Amino acid sequence: MALFFQTLPFLLDGLLTTLLVSVSVVVLSLAIGIPLGCMLVFGPLWARLPIRLYADFVRGVPILVLLYFVYYGLPVIAVNLPSLPAAVVALTAFKTAQIIEIARGAFQSIPVDQMEAAKSIGLTLPDRFVHVLAPQAVRRFLPPFVNSVVDTVKGSSLVSLLGVVDLMLSLQQVIGRTHIALPLYGIGALMYFAINFPLSALSRRLEKRFI
Amino acid sequence: MMNYHFNFAIVWRYAGKLFDGLLLSLELAAATVAIGMAIGLVLALAELDGPRWLKPLIRAYVEFVRNVPLLLLVYLVFYGVPSAIDLQYDATTSFVATLAIYAGAYLVEILRAGLEAVPKGLIEAGKAIGLTPLGVLVHVRLPTALRIALPSLSNTYVALFKDTSIASAIAVPELAYSMRWIETQTFRTVEVYLIATPIYLLTSYAMLLLLRLAERRYAIAR
Amino acid sequence: MTAAPAEPVIRIAGITKSFGSHQVLKGIDLAVGKGEVVAIIGPSGSGKTTLLRCINFLEEYDGGSVRIDGVEVGYKDTADGRRRRSDRELARIRVEAAMVFQQFNLFPHLTAAQNVMLGLVKSRGKSKGEARQIAEKWLTRVGLAAKFDALPSQLSGGQQQRVGITRAVAMEPKVLLLDEITSALDPELVGEVLAVVQELAAEGRTMILVTHEMAFAREVADRVVFTDQGRIVIDAPPATVFDDQPNERLRSFLSRFAAFHRPR
Repeated sequence: MALFFQTLPFLLDGLLTTLLVSVSVVVLSLAIGIPLGCMLVFGPLWARLPIRLYADFVRGVPILVLLYFVYYGLPVIAVNLPSLPAAVVALTAFKTAQIIEIARGAFQSIPVDQMEAAKSIGLTLPDRFVHVLAPQAVRRFLPPFVNSVVDTVKGSSLVSLLGVVDLMLSLQQVIGRTHIALPLYGIGALMYFAINFPLSALSRRLEKRFI
Repeated sequence: MMNYHFNFAIVWRYAGKLFDGLLLSLELAAATVAIGMAIGLVLALAELDGPRWLKPLIRAYVEFVRNVPLLLLVYLVFYGVPSAIDLQYDATTSFVATLAIYAGAYLVEILRAGLEAVPKGLIEAGKAIGLTPLGVLVHVRLPTALRIALPSLSNTYVALFKDTSIASAIAVPELAYSMRWIETQTFRTVEVYLIATPIYLLTSYAMLLLLRLAERRYAIAR
Repeated sequence: MTAAPAEPVIRIAGITKSFGSHQVLKGIDLAVGKGEVVAIIGPSGSGKTTLLRCINFLEEYDGGSVRIDGVEVGYKDTADGRRRRSDRELARIRVEAAMVFQQFNLFPHLTAAQNVMLGLVKSRGKSKGEARQIAEKWLTRVGLAAKFDALPSQLSGGQQQRVGITRAVAMEPKVLLLDEITSALDPELVGEVLAVVQELAAEGRTMILVTHEMAFAREVADRVVFTDQGRIVIDAPPATVFDDQPNERLRSFLSRFAAFHRPR
């Protein structure tokens, strides 16, 4: 118990970094992924093709390899990022590809009849998008999106391998000093669980409600 | 590309290392899928047909594993468990065990959904031709459930192949580890990634393609 | 043909069945003799499908008894009273009352021949070769010689249901149970399926069928049973049931099938 209170502040610092990385990645990938996802569905061919290629490429490679690539590979072309930004860039690249796919799925799940019905009552394209398409797409988007936030928090633990002191690495460091492994991994697991379980539960509820 | 001079030849000398790495990655994935499917099937059936008290235990396992990073589980099994109890195992065994436990938590859900989606009428038809519950399970429920679940299973199998890269964190010499190792030997970072990334990419998509072909072959048209 | 025969293949005595607080079967008695064809008709919710499903215990009746050739289907009497039979015993008894389903329920992963073979191999203990021969013989008889190795998804509804009938009859059961087997078919496919049933009736197979095809019931059945609100109201030869029927409820039921409504 004493150990727990001694190490807690240190672990909480790590947890803060984990949250910082996760939130940045989620926000950035939403900002980039949703427009790209819309373009993939509604855009012209010349825009769809590169987006399709990008999404398929990134989803075919392990996140860890992307992380290494950004951190170790990019400096060669003079893009020299410190470990934390490099980690955020790599994870965002990965998450963006997922967001693109989720957005595409959300839009494509809406039956064509809906658009025809909207046209038949005389809605213009922007009106159709705002009043018919978007509200339905959001319902389809949310459950898998929240679920993918869980994956982001879990995946953020990989930044420890680049030396970013997140919850995972701070655990490793405490264990390195104290040689008390199992209980500390247990505490770490519970901390991740405490963040992720409510999100998973939320995702399931949204899914029941919306899909 | 600035003033970087490519030198693939030096990396190419380590091609064998990459090949061994890929092979090990595939072996890890295959072992994981096999054990994970066994865990998933047994627990899915236990949850559906087993005694009531098992259900919360299975839920707890699924929820715990799915909400904790794989990397942490890998460390926990490899460093944590042997520190607490007298048990020795090598990194590869440790990783396969961990990834199988991890995979099991996802596969339970997929297989349970598949089993639940087997039409009730098929089970009745099985009973009506005199099959015992075991007969109905083997000849009707499982073949149908697996076919229904195949698309989700395919995606999970490919994801597991990619997840084998995390074994590099405990120095299992699979593809990602070989990649980093060659990089530190040659300092030819870009070349290593230009070769290794397509290997992952091609393997992932080759797997997916094969599985999609299987889906088409075994799909249940409705 | 009218009176209950001396040694019925099926003897149902006083069975009851409730779903929650709703009693769907309120004490049904019915005996079916060897070679008899009995059609059960009645409004939806009258319990006719439930009654049929109790005969092979897909629906577990609460009280009363169902006997096939004298063997109680769902329960057995032991020293401690009435006990539900084990699943293994049930499986053995069920094959004697093979069922054809409204939705066909063909195994989607097996070919037409394999659908027929599965029960023969697993329940009747035939070898694969023997089962294949039986399957081919029956499928040929119902006009599916070209479809042995077709998957259900490659067959029309009428063809699927003919496989469904084959799967049941190939087991050589003591009684065939047909549960609204043409209800899920497009009208133009009904004929081919009924023709098969008619042929089976003609060769003296014992059958109990729940149906909405009144013309067919009239033609093929030896007896027609009218169920209403969980009871058997009328059990009589087709001519009595369909013509000059004094029972008000039956008349009102039949009047919905315009072709059979004959003003007195």
